[in-house]
Amino acid sequence: MAIDFTLNQRPVRYDGDPAMPLLWYLRDHARLTGTKFGCGIGYCGACTVHLDGAATRSCVVPMSAVGGRRVTTIEGLASDGRLHPVQQAWIEEDVAQCGYCQAGQIMAAVDLITRTPAPSDADIATLTNLCRCGTYPRIRRAIRRAAAQLNRTRR
Amino acid sequence: MSAVPDTRALSRRAFLGVSLSAAGGLLLALRSGAAGQETAAAGEALGAFIRIEPDGRIVIGARGCEIGQGVKTSLPMLIAEELDVPWPAVTVEQLPYGLVAARDPPGFTSLYGPQGAGGSTNIPDGWHDLRLAGARARWLLIQTAARVWETPPDRLTTREAHVVHPDGRTLGYAELAPRAAKLDLPAADLPLKARSEYRIIGQPTRVVDARDIVTGVAAYGIDAAIPSALTALIARCPYFDGEVASVDEAQARRVPGVRQVVRIPGPRPGAPLDRNLAAGVAVLADDFWSARKGREALRITWTRPSGAADSSAALERRATAALAASAKIARRDGNPDEARNAAARVVEAVYVMPLLAHATMEPPNALIDLKPKSALLIASLQSPGGASQMIHAMTGVARTDIEIRLPRVGGGFGRRLQNDFVAEAVLVAQAAGTPVKVMWTREDDLQNDFYRPFGLHQLRASLDAQGRLTSWAHRVAATPRKYRAAGMEDAADWVGCVDPDGFPAGCVASYLAEFVPVDFSIPRGWWRAPLPTFCAFAVESFLDEVALAAGTDPLTLRLDLLGAPRELPYRDHGGPTLHTGRLGGVLDSAAGAIGYGRKLPAGRGIGLASHFTHGGYVAHALEVAVSQAGALEVVRCVCAADVGEIVNPLGLEAQMMGATLDGLSTALELEITVRDGRIEQSNFPDYRLLRMGAAPDVEVHLLPSGFPPSGAGEMGIPSVAPALANAIFAATGQRIRRLPVGDQLKSPARAS
Ligand code: FES
Ligand code: FES
Repeated sequence: MAIDFTLNQRPVRYDGDPAMPLLWYLRDHARLTGTKFGCGIGYCGACTVHLDGAATRSCVVPMSAVGGRRVTTIEGLASDGRLHPVQQAWIEEDVAQCGYCQAGQIMAAVDLITRTPAPSDADIATLTNLCRCGTYPRIRRAIRRAAAQLNRTRR
Repeated sequence: MSAVPDTRALSRRAFLGVSLSAAGGLLLALRSGAAGQETAAAGEALGAFIRIEPDGRIVIGARGCEIGQGVKTSLPMLIAEELDVPWPAVTVEQLPYGLVAARDPPGFTSLYGPQGAGGSTNIPDGWHDLRLAGARARWLLIQTAARVWETPPDRLTTREAHVVHPDGRTLGYAELAPRAAKLDLPAADLPLKARSEYRIIGQPTRVVDARDIVTGVAAYGIDAAIPSALTALIARCPYFDGEVASVDEAQARRVPGVRQVVRIPGPRPGAPLDRNLAAGVAVLADDFWSARKGREALRITWTRPSGAADSSAALERRATAALAASAKIARRDGNPDEARNAAARVVEAVYVMPLLAHATMEPPNALIDLKPKSALLIASLQSPGGASQMIHAMTGVARTDIEIRLPRVGGGFGRRLQNDFVAEAVLVAQAAGTPVKVMWTREDDLQNDFYRPFGLHQLRASLDAQGRLTSWAHRVAATPRKYRAAGMEDAADWVGCVDPDGFPAGCVASYLAEFVPVDFSIPRGWWRAPLPTFCAFAVESFLDEVALAAGTDPLTLRLDLLGAPRELPYRDHGGPTLHTGRLGGVLDSAAGAIGYGRKLPAGRGIGLASHFTHGGYVAHALEVAVSQAGALEVVRCVCAADVGEIVNPLGLEAQMMGATLDGLSTALELEITVRDGRIEQSNFPDYRLLRMGAAPDVEVHLLPSGFPPSGAGEMGIPSVAPALANAIFAATGQRIRRLPVGDQLKSPARAS
C-alpha cells in the first residue's frame, strides 16, 4: 500500500517495505544524506528530523508511521536560501568539528527553541544528542544566541 | 564552481610546475621541496596548489583528511597568508589523494605532501611547505607585474590579491594569472613573512564548510554514491581469528532487494593484521535496509578458536601476575634499587587502564569501484596513503591509477589509521564483481575495532628523610600496541605503552621505566594521543600521591621537579626535546585561572595535571563537587595550552574543548570488556559517551609562546583524567586508581 506524506514541503509517495525506517528512506531513496546514521536504535540523535514539527529520531520510525505527516530534514530547514536562525547561530559560534552529529543537533535545537523560546541551561541539558567531538559548550552558546535572535525578531 | 582538477591529468602537468587549469584559470602546482611520506625513492615532493579564477576567486586546495581537527580551514590559511590574499576571497576545495610516479629513481612521490591525519602533524608538516607554496605563487605574480610595468620586481609589493607599484598603480592577481602561469618557479627558498606581518595566521577563522554542514549538504564518506554500487553489510565472526563453520544463506537471498551473498576470508591466525579483521559473510543489496534484513536472515555457525575462552577478568589476572615477572627496561637512570633501600619512605600504587573503542560518530564505511586497470575509493579516511598501498597490494592496480577522494570524515580518533574497512570493500567487490559500498552498523563498529591497549601501571617512589623524591619507577604490564601490526617488527614492544622520556624522567636522580607484555588476542590500535592518554593518568595521579606522602602541595612538587626552564631529551613522537619551562607554564596558567589554593566548601576539590603530548604542552585544572551519595559534578574546567604559534585560535580553542570533553567522557564511563572471547558492548547504551547535561563549559587559555606550532588535535586529552582523579581526591579523600570512574564514588570504598 502506498504511503503518501510531505517531505520538505513537497508531496511524496512511497510504496516499498513499510517497515523500512524513515532514516534509510531519506538517505538511500530520497538521497537526502544530511540526516545521519549513528546508532540505529534511537539513542544518539544523529538521525533527528522533524515529524509534524517535532524532533524525532528517524532511525526508529518505520515508513508505515509516516503516512499523512510532514517530514522536515536538515535540507528543508532553510527557506528560500535563508538560513534558520539556529543554523546561522551554529555558523557564528563555529560549533562544528567533524560536523557529523550537527544536523541532528540543529534539528533537536530548533524543536527545543520552538517549545521553549528562552531555554535555560537545564532546558538545554534535556537534549540527549551525542557529539563525539565534544562541541557541547558551543552548542549551548549557539542555542542561546539563536533564542535571543528569535525573541528579538518576535518582538 | 569549477571542479577539483583531475588527479591524473594534474600529475602529468604537475611536472611542468605551472599550467592552465581545466577551468581556464591559473594552476600553480608548487614544488615544496619536502619529501612526502610516500617516497619509496627519494623523489622530490610537489606541494599544495592554488588556482586563480578569471573572476578573481582564489581557489586553495586543502590536502589533509578533515576529521574534525579543522585542517581544511587551517592549512589553506597558511597558503593564503603568504599569497597575500584576503581570506574572504578564498574558496577552499578538498584535494584528492595525490600520487605521481617518479622516474629517477623510480618510485612514487606525493603531489601535495603529507595527507594523512595522525599524530597531530598536519600543522607542523605544513608550517613551512604550505607557506612556501603561497610565497612562490606570490613571487610569480610579482615577476609578471614587473614585466608589465617594466619595473624591477624588488620595488613591487602586494596587498589583498593585488601587486602594488611604488607610484600606487595596482594589478589584480586575476589579471596577472594567465601570464604568471608561463613563468618558471623560483628554485630557491623564498623569505616568509615575519609574524608582525601576519593578516590571516592568528586570526579567529570559522570552519570553511560551516554553511554546508548546517544545511546538510557537506558530504561524508557515508554519503558517497555511484549509481552501480550495491550496499553491503557483513556478518563478521565474533571470535577473533575464528572462521565461518557453516552458513545457510537461503533465507537471506529471499529478502527483497538482496542481490548477492559472498564469503570473505579473515586474517590468517598469527599473520599481520594488515587487511580486514574478521572472516564473514557479506550481503549485497539495493539499499542499507535490505542488506540489513538480509544479514539478519543468515544462519551462520562460527568456529571457536582458542581465544574464544578469554576474558577481561582473565586478562587482568595475567597482567597482575606479570607485574611481578621480569621486565624489559626502557630507561634507567642512576640507581633505583639503592635509592629504594636508602629511602625513608616508599610510596607505591597500581593504576588500571581499560580497553577502549574509538566509536567515531560516523561508523566506518567504504565505497569502491574496481576495474581491471583502475580503482576508485571514496571513504572517510585518516590514512589515504595506506589505503592506496592496500588496494594496490590486493588488486595489482597501479598506485597511480587508484583514485581516492577525501570527503569530510565523521571523526577519526585513530580508528581510521587502520584501513580494514577498505580491505573489506575490496574483498566484497572482488567476490561479487560489482562496485560496492560496505556499511558498518554501530554494533559492527564497537565489536570490530583496534582497541586502545589494556594495562596496569605500577608506580613506586622513594622519598628521603626530608620528603624529597629520590627515585621513580614505572612498570607497565600491558597488551602491547604492536600486536600483529604490520611493519612494527623493528619497534620496541613498549611503543605506545611506556613513555620512558616523559616527565618526571630527567627530573629525578634515579629513574626506571619498564615493560612486561601481556598476551591477549584482541586487536589493538592507536587511540587519540595513544601513548600520552595511556600513561598520563597513572603518572599524574601518582605525583599527587607522592606529594601527599611528602607533605608537599601537588603543584609545588611538580614545579620543583621541573626546575629551571630547560630542554630535556625526548625520543618519542613530539621530540627531540621536552621543555620544562613550557610544561611549568601551562600548569601555572591553569592553576592561576581556577584559583588554585583557595578555600573550598566540604565535598569540593580542585585537581591539577599536565602533560607533554606530541610536542605540545597542556594542563588541566578541574573543580569538582561530590555529594554524600557519590554524585559527581564538574563545577569548573580549565585547560591551558601551549602548542606554539597559533594558526587559528578559534579552531584551537575548539580542539582543546573537544579533547577535554573527550577526556572527561572517557574517564567517567568508557570501557570495553571481553567475555567468552567476545566484546560485551554493542551500542551506545553500553558505551556511554558524555551528553550535554554532564558536559561542563571548558575555559581555554591559549599561551602564545612563539615556538613553531606542534599541532593540536591530541594535546588536550591526556591530562584530563588525572586532573579529574586528583580533584575527586581533594574533594573526598578517595583515590581513583582504575578507569573509568564509573560508580566507584558510590561504592562502599567511599567510606574507607
Ligand atoms: S541513528 Fe537514530 S538515534 Fe542514533
Ligand atoms: S561534531 Fe563530530 S560528532 Fe559532533
